[in-house]
Amino acid sequence: MNTLYPSFLTALDLVAGLDPALWSIVRRSLAVSATACALSFGAGLALGAWLGVARFRGRGVVLVLLNTLLALPSVVVGLLVYLLLSRSGPLGWLGWLFSFQAMVLAQAVLVLPVVTALTRQTVEDAERAYGEQLQSLGAGRLLRSLLLAWDTRLALFTVLVAAFGRAISEVGAVMIVGGNVDGFTRVMTTAIALETSKGDLPLALALGMVLLAVVLALHGSVALLQRWAVRRDAAAGAAALTLATGAAA
Amino acid sequence: MALAAGAPLLALTGAGVRFGRLQALAGVDLQVHAGERIALIGANGSGKSTLLRVLHGLQPLSAGKLACAAPHRQAMLFQRPYLLRASTQTNVALGLWLRGHAWREARARALTALARVGLEALAHQNGRTLSGGQQQRVALARVWALQAQLLLLDEPTSSLDPHAKREVEALIAQLADPGAVQTGSVQPGTAPVTTVFSSHNLGQVKRLATRVLYLEQGRVLADLPMHEFFNGPLPQAARLFVKGETL
Repeated sequence: MNTLYPSFLTALDLVAGLDPALWSIVRRSLAVSATACALSFGAGLALGAWLGVARFRGRGVVLVLLNTLLALPSVVVGLLVYLLLSRSGPLGWLGWLFSFQAMVLAQAVLVLPVVTALTRQTVEDAERAYGEQLQSLGAGRLLRSLLLAWDTRLALFTVLVAAFGRAISEVGAVMIVGGNVDGFTRVMTTAIALETSKGDLPLALALGMVLLAVVLALHGSVALLQRWAVRRDAAAGAAALTLATGAAA
Repeated sequence: MALAAGAPLLALTGAGVRFGRLQALAGVDLQVHAGERIALIGANGSGKSTLLRVLHGLQPLSAGKLACAAPHRQAMLFQRPYLLRASTQTNVALGLWLRGHAWREARARALTALARVGLEALAHQNGRTLSGGQQQRVALARVWALQAQLLLLDEPTSSLDPHAKREVEALIAQLADPGAVQTGSVQPGTAPVTTVFSSHNLGQVKRLATRVLYLEQGRVLADLPMHEFFNGPLPQAARLFVKGETL
């Protein structure tokens, strides 16, 4: 309790004073997670949308496995990617271990099941409700998956934010494959773990504040976007009624 | 493509559909002839929607067969139409594009179709923001644009308020028999569209149908011309249903 208050004040100073060491870690963290999410979102969206409308033998088993992967511990992902990228591993020739690319790969693997499973659920719900109508217009499965994914884009934006939140807040995978090398692979979560163990609470607290602020900003932006969409739709609906009433009169 | 009056478009023979233990349709024989306006009536769960889905090829048969006796274009309108979160023009154009029209041409034809249902002023409006009646009119524009010769309608007005119900019913009447109805925003002068529709509204059935099928537990218990159905003798189940519905 005696160290908390002064540590907190110092942490605020670090954030407000744009401490170069702190902000370099924050920038790296954001870059790693954003790149990982961009990669996994492309693949996960396509795969999830297809799974949402596809019907094939063994689909139930695939979905159970996919949902199981949602609970994949990040340290296990870190270990698997480490084994892949280690010198004797199948991807060792890339020379990516303890690099930015290794951390991106680990986080992409970590969030891919999240994006795929949530997209699958969103598109499957839409398919159940409206797929038959699109089918009656002549849309095949592939086209339906694309149209329904596009039509549920607001919900899928929430999926993207959830995936980014999972990526930026994980520590195990980037610690194992990144190595927490100062100035190269140190990100917010690994830095918090290290600084706490060293007893440098102000920097750990400052990073924690930034991490929370990033997650808060993301979820806040989703809430604002949804609110804006609801208001825009309501206004457009009222305008349509006015137009229709005017035309009838 | 002009179809000769009286030519059968679709023929169902001994049609049956089973969902697990539930027999949704059983032994249904039905021929749909060009120019007919067939109403399907019956209680909830009697098989009306399943029959329409079978006729449109959305539901495979468990027994019997569906024969397409003459090549034709057909479309289906649902109780709650699905419009994409896009402009009404895009929503109408989508149906044409999916049937092979170039996108630019599809959008131009979509405008004409929207004008036909009196919604050209809302061409750029997000379809999802329209009222239920307006959405159903956009859906009607979408199927009208396809120039379908057979239109299947699954309770097209049941989720609408009375005013919207009248508007949509008038449009359906004009699509089905443009020569008979000369009022409203739809312009007459196009070929009549053969229609098969389900409804709980017996007044609507009297206004729109030329032939009535009464279904109960997946079986057709009565198949009569409209005037005979409402004025002649009926099987007891159908008589009780009509009596209950008209009370």
